[in-house]
Amino acid sequence: MRGTVLVIAFFAAGVIVGFSGRLPENLISPQWSNYALYFLIFLAGIGIGADRKSWHMIRTINFRIFLVPLGIILGSFAGATLSSLLLPALHLREILAVSAGLGYYSLSSIFISELHSEALGVVALVSNILREIFTLLFVPLLVKYFGNLAGIASGGATSMDTTLPIISKYSPKEYGLISLFSGIVLTILVPFLVTFILSVGK
Amino acid sequence: MFCGVLFGIGFGKYPLTLKINDKLLNIAIYILLLLLGIAVGSNEKIIKNIYTIGFQALVITVGAIFGSVAVCWVIYKVYFKIK
Repeated sequence: MRGTVLVIAFFAAGVIVGFSGRLPENLISPQWSNYALYFLIFLAGIGIGADRKSWHMIRTINFRIFLVPLGIILGSFAGATLSSLLLPALHLREILAVSAGLGYYSLSSIFISELHSEALGVVALVSNILREIFTLLFVPLLVKYFGNLAGIASGGATSMDTTLPIISKYSPKEYGLISLFSGIVLTILVPFLVTFILSVGK
Repeated sequence: MFCGVLFGIGFGKYPLTLKINDKLLNIAIYILLLLLGIAVGSNEKIIKNIYTIGFQALVITVGAIFGSVAVCWVIYKVYFKIK
């Protein structure tokens, strides 16, 4: 939760500074965030490569567990496609890109604002923060009515860290491991999914 | 990304790598979000349409959660319940 508050605080501080219009032109130029993004992607890569535990876990685990992140991705896309009926102003590709954030709001909003537009980046930021908040609020209900995988499904990429405690509290013990696994796989896939969707059918 | 993964595989044996990397990753994310905030705050079109943007985000979130939960409900019933 502390992370989420910090994220919103940094974003809000940026909005206020930008809105005040007191910044020198050259600081707003997109090249700064471009360099920062490359740096971020590099760091995300190091994190994946260095994470021995996750690599080991992926190799030793039953095939069924792969169905969980796969189902979450397909379900998110299907649900987002449905919601596009309510959002005629947005292209289906844009809606799918936002839903491909899977709750990983920091990375997905930055990718989308760089690759597409800042407006859609904000949609992604808000949408994926909401995904985390809804998950924190509704895991008990979801698990009760839709089975033990429901909390993991709702959490998406967040099921490995921020929503893991609440998911493992309300599901049987072994689902904590599934939650961790699914969250790790989805977190790794988010940047690829977002980039892929935005580059297809341009 | 690829360079990063290679780098991580090479230096992953030192636990310090992951620790420092996590810290740097957080800092990079905060800087980028600050920059995104600045870009948004100085963009009149976004500020004017902030309610529309919020509504779009909400609808997409509800749709995506609903879809994921539905698909995983089926997976749960078919593959996880029988033991």
